[in-house]
Amino acid sequence: MQLALFIEQVLNGLQLGVMLFLMAAGLTLIFGVMGLINLAHGSLYMVGAFACAAVAAWTGSFWLGLVASLAAAAAAGAVVELAVVRRLYGRDHLDQVLATFALILVFSEGTRWLFGSFPLYLDIPPQLAGAVALPGGSQYPLYRLAIIGVGVLVAVGLYLLISRTRLGMRIRAGESDREMIAALGVDVATLYTLVFALGAALAGLAGAMVGALQSVQVGMGEPVLILAFVVIVIGGIGSIKGALIGAVLVGVVDTLGRFLLPQLFGLFLAPSQAGLVGGALASMLIYVVMALILAVRPRGLFAGEG
Amino acid sequence: MRGREAIIGILLMVLLLAAPVVASQAGEPFYVTLATRIAILALAATGLNIALGLGGLVSFGHAAFFGVGGYAAGILAAHAMSMEPIAFGIPGTKQMLVIWLTAIAAGGLLALAIGAISLRTAGVYFIMITLAFAQMVYYFAISWPAYGGEDGLPILLRNQFPGVNTLRPLPFFLICYALLVACLAFFALLRGSRFGAALQASRQNETRLAAVGIPPFRIRLVAFVISGAMTALAGALFADLNRFVSPSMLSWQMSGELIVLVILGGVGRLAGPVAGAIVYVLLEYFLGGMTERWQFFLGLVLLGVVLFARGGLVGLVAGRARHG
Repeated sequence: MQLALFIEQVLNGLQLGVMLFLMAAGLTLIFGVMGLINLAHGSLYMVGAFACAAVAAWTGSFWLGLVASLAAAAAAGAVVELAVVRRLYGRDHLDQVLATFALILVFSEGTRWLFGSFPLYLDIPPQLAGAVALPGGSQYPLYRLAIIGVGVLVAVGLYLLISRTRLGMRIRAGESDREMIAALGVDVATLYTLVFALGAALAGLAGAMVGALQSVQVGMGEPVLILAFVVIVIGGIGSIKGALIGAVLVGVVDTLGRFLLPQLFGLFLAPSQAGLVGGALASMLIYVVMALILAVRPRGLFAGEG
Repeated sequence: MRGREAIIGILLMVLLLAAPVVASQAGEPFYVTLATRIAILALAATGLNIALGLGGLVSFGHAAFFGVGGYAAGILAAHAMSMEPIAFGIPGTKQMLVIWLTAIAAGGLLALAIGAISLRTAGVYFIMITLAFAQMVYYFAISWPAYGGEDGLPILLRNQFPGVNTLRPLPFFLICYALLVACLAFFALLRGSRFGAALQASRQNETRLAAVGIPPFRIRLVAFVISGAMTALAGALFADLNRFVSPSMLSWQMSGELIVLVILGGVGRLAGPVAGAIVYVLLEYFLGGMTERWQFFLGLVLLGVVLFARGGLVGLVAGRARHG
């Protein structure tokens, strides 16, 4: 029984990691290519979740909602890039932080304006509503496994896109020398809008998928955004491989920490005390891991390789 | 240009002093509280301005120091009320002077720990790491139930200052105002000192600073500690103003707000945080009075400032920034 519980927690950690990867991949891509720190990435996640919930409620189909979330987040990303972010590429990080912080305020209040303050609910699609038997005899929700599957597909897709296609070649070239590819006749402005919209669509996809597990509400994006920051700092900013490994690491460490630390302290403390100390430490664990990794490698695990 | 900036600064400070005195005479204590809020936020932002403006260290985690200062006030006061010692027989206290010193020490120590790790990195890494550490403190405050956890910790009676009735709004405002003036003077002294010169040099050209034999890391760490300590002092006052401490003082929105105050007024300028705090609190008050959706419009105003008013509001009036 204990083993089954452990496997379940590892899968939960993987599912959190996959979701973080979808967020972190966009963030790290945008930073790597455009040098932009985008705090509003969490808002795009929220846009995806709201689009999915609204369309699913209207049409009755989760799948249409999923398509809508991709479209809405990509469109919101493109609009934001054209209207605001484009003016920030040459600026220092301070201006980028402030402008994208302002965007969060606009997005959050705008969404509250459109949808009201009450959370929306999104049902898991009926095709994925079942559960799968795990070794050890317990059941695991099929939907969560599907999220892990989607994450793996996206990771493979991104790898192929960046290493095998013309667009990917331009993205890589944009990372290493933007003046040169502009001089070679690549339309850099359009390339930047595309990359931003791609990152936004990934965030929207993550928001839509998680929306079926939690409630869809204003402010849902920021906690995830901050975890995604931890992920890309651990992985090395600009590296997609680093984002993948960092995301899985953070997801698994966070989930297992919340599961194991209270039990660990239970070995030598009273149960109520153990839950308290273990719980408090578990909520800080990933930041401790981040600090340790940075103490050894200040630029993350895979900096300079991506 | 520097002369014009000084005049603006003095004007703003006179205004900030005169408005609550007049409001108090007119029997409008609410405006005194509003002015107190401005003074405290300006103090917190002045602390951030040392790291951000002088040192170029974009800390997105100053809420950690602000909140720790607040909790220092809340925890000491709670133990004084319940008469239980905190640990090892140390009693709580309602004396502001002791609370301030505790807040400054706690903020400074936390900044030393966070800075020692974060300052090994630079640029975007630094922004994200300071944010992550502040989140760590935030989640700790939420999950540790001894001092209220998620619900926060009330301060039943405002803490005391010898010879002053702090329960009345105007005397409490004057205490905050005096501390703001003292810290602004400290900021000006620091900026003009040899240390300040080295700190600004570390922002402009790190390599050159190292080449003349001054290690940038140590200079930055000292500046970060001073910055954190000053923001923690403001946090202690903020807790006393609201008679309440909660994890929201530690939230990342608070860190963002502090950055907004500094940039809105003008980065690295003495009067910048004061101008920023005045404009921000008044915007919040007037927009909040007109529409429930005031944050939407605040966001648009901020976007306008970043995109079109570089150098902040003081910069708009007093001319371009003196440093780049």
